[in-house]
Amino acid sequence: MVATQETIDKVKEVSSTYKYGFVTDLEAEKAPLGLSEDIVKFISHKKKEPKWLLEWRLKAYKKWLSMEAPNWAMVDFPKINFQDIYYYSAPKTKPKLNSLDEVDPELLRTYEKLGIPIKEQEVLAGVAVDYVFDSVSVATTFREKLAKEGIIFCPISEAVQSHPDLVKKYIGSVIPISDNYYAALNSAVFTDGSFVYIPKDVKCPMELSTYFRINEQNSGQFERTLIIAEDNTYVSYLEGCTAPQRDENQLHAAVVELVAMNNAEIKYSTVQNWYPGDKDGKGGIYNFVTKRGNCLGKKSKISWTQVETGSAITWKYPSCVLKGDDSVGEFYSVAVANNAQQADTGTKMIHIGKNTKSTIISKGISAGKAQNTYRGQVQIQKNAKGSRNFTQCDSLLIGDKCGAHTVPYINQFTPHARVEHEATTSKISEDQLFYCLQRGLDTEQATSLIVNGFCKEVMKELPMEFAVEAQKLIGISLEGSVG
Amino acid sequence: MSLLEIKNAKLKLDDKDILKGLSLSVNSGEVHAIMGPNGSGKSTLSYMLAGRDGYELESGEVFLEGQSLSDMEADERARSGLFLAFQYPVELPGVGGMSFLREAVNSRRKFLGEEELDHLAFVKEARKVASKMFVKDEMLKRAVNVGFSGGEKKRFEILQMAMLKPKVSILDETDSGLDVDALKIVSDGVNAQRNDENAIVVITHYQRLLDYIVPDFVHILSDGIIIKSGGPELALEVEKNGYAGLINAA
Repeated sequence: MVATQETIDKVKEVSSTYKYGFVTDLEAEKAPLGLSEDIVKFISHKKKEPKWLLEWRLKAYKKWLSMEAPNWAMVDFPKINFQDIYYYSAPKTKPKLNSLDEVDPELLRTYEKLGIPIKEQEVLAGVAVDYVFDSVSVATTFREKLAKEGIIFCPISEAVQSHPDLVKKYIGSVIPISDNYYAALNSAVFTDGSFVYIPKDVKCPMELSTYFRINEQNSGQFERTLIIAEDNTYVSYLEGCTAPQRDENQLHAAVVELVAMNNAEIKYSTVQNWYPGDKDGKGGIYNFVTKRGNCLGKKSKISWTQVETGSAITWKYPSCVLKGDDSVGEFYSVAVANNAQQADTGTKMIHIGKNTKSTIISKGISAGKAQNTYRGQVQIQKNAKGSRNFTQCDSLLIGDKCGAHTVPYINQFTPHARVEHEATTSKISEDQLFYCLQRGLDTEQATSLIVNGFCKEVMKELPMEFAVEAQKLIGISLEGSVG
Repeated sequence: MSLLEIKNAKLKLDDKDILKGLSLSVNSGEVHAIMGPNGSGKSTLSYMLAGRDGYELESGEVFLEGQSLSDMEADERARSGLFLAFQYPVELPGVGGMSFLREAVNSRRKFLGEEELDHLAFVKEARKVASKMFVKDEMLKRAVNVGFSGGEKKRFEILQMAMLKPKVSILDETDSGLDVDALKIVSDGVNAQRNDENAIVVITHYQRLLDYIVPDFVHILSDGIIIKSGGPELALEVEKNGYAGLINAA
């Protein structure tokens, strides 16, 4: 792309400063630095957990010790020192859970800066939000209304106390502790997260939402989310993430498990905007997340939509196991990598039941020196007759120093199934840019518009209020990338 | 007052002289036609005026309403009221026509110190203008220029012109790829926008367009300079005798 020096200078001048890089000044109650059996016990004790859960954690910890960190992803980073991380951190002024008025005003201001004023969201958007601040869930709104329908929406630590049978039955049922290195770590030290239970024949009347935020320096965030949808249900869940700006790298290793019974539908949307590090790759979040959904029931459906703009490194493959006959798995993804960011993301669709269907739409955008990899597996097992998959992977390159990679794995064990894979790679053309400029749009606006056009098929899957935010985020994260 | 003033413009592309000292003055309320054979520098002229990267002047200067354009980027020129209707409008996959138009119009309004239009007000205005241009609502919902026919693309260009209300519009070969019916619709759209406050420069190869958009002045561009200027009758002369006769005479 040809650009005058002035354009380049100007773009540099206004180029990306992380909008959410502020630190909330709260006293935190931390566990001692590092990881050991004692730390696992400390966390479990802090949470007043039953014995079975402590044992489960310790088992996971032992498993983790015997495992190696995966190295097959196309990401490059120095070895993590797991003894240099705080595994438990809770704001000391412990807020009460049911009343927003009692929440520390400093905390509320933090959320305001993030553009998610709790009250405003409550009133205007009618979104029920569970806020996770470092390791403790701060406020859960709209719980009464949901309780009337029999829906349980609460921090998972609370569900352990109030609904131990449900948690015990399903935790680790989709992602066993031995699944992978980071899932094992999470199982040992997870601190909080959301728990959702939709009873039979209930359509959840509102979007459920969680905002995660890493605040404490050197603290890892290991949240764990569990969503169970019984027969004939529907739930849409939104997850948003931001983290303050720090020079050190922070680890985020979450686990999300979804279970869908007969004719149940779970829609899970993520807008991930963790701090990506500075232009030279200093600092930023390591986002090593395991997300998987089990379509256990007939005609069940699980749909993952993700917009990933943040994190220094993203390692994430939200997957669907299609066990029930006629079940449906979907994965819609936009992954933006700018400057020194590295993203290796995609999905797994495991077809086990008959006539199961999956759709994968992945849009990868690379700018700066970033590397963006789509890695996806489609597996059609022997009995999955009549199953179908459609995969479309599109990559958009901005500039000439970035990279886009597509790594599809297709394993088909029956001839009675159809798998399609399409992939394209394109660049923002100078013609497109000039056309937009000639209509009075500046370079940033034009890039944002063209990129959002490129992502449209995915963006339209997002709930309305999220889509607007996601569009802006994509614009912000590509600032300074054209020139 | 002169809305557009080109003074002795010289421009090279790949070390080749394309514009060799072109001068032109366009006043408000006027329509000028620039005619010329292939390779005479017509498209280069329009890109130079619009401020496309790589089309910077080697010497000479251009003024829009008395303000020099030399330090202005393409988007600043557009916001200041310079509009280029493209010969080949560019496809923007996934970018809805309505949102594109709205961003463009609001950029211009912001520049003019006018209030930006909210979604509802904008849609209302766009529909009103579109219906005059025989542009269906459905077209505004589609991605910009994607899958448009030649006629639709040109109509959409003129619709943008009508929405943006530019001071100076440059129409680059707007007649190319149009049949007679489409040509008439597009021309009507352009003529509806002629007034005492603005000016239009029509760049064309053929005289045919000038039957519909009747110019006040006609200029013949050849080898990077204007070799002859006159009234509408000059276009007819080209039609009758071709460019060769005029060029040889000059």
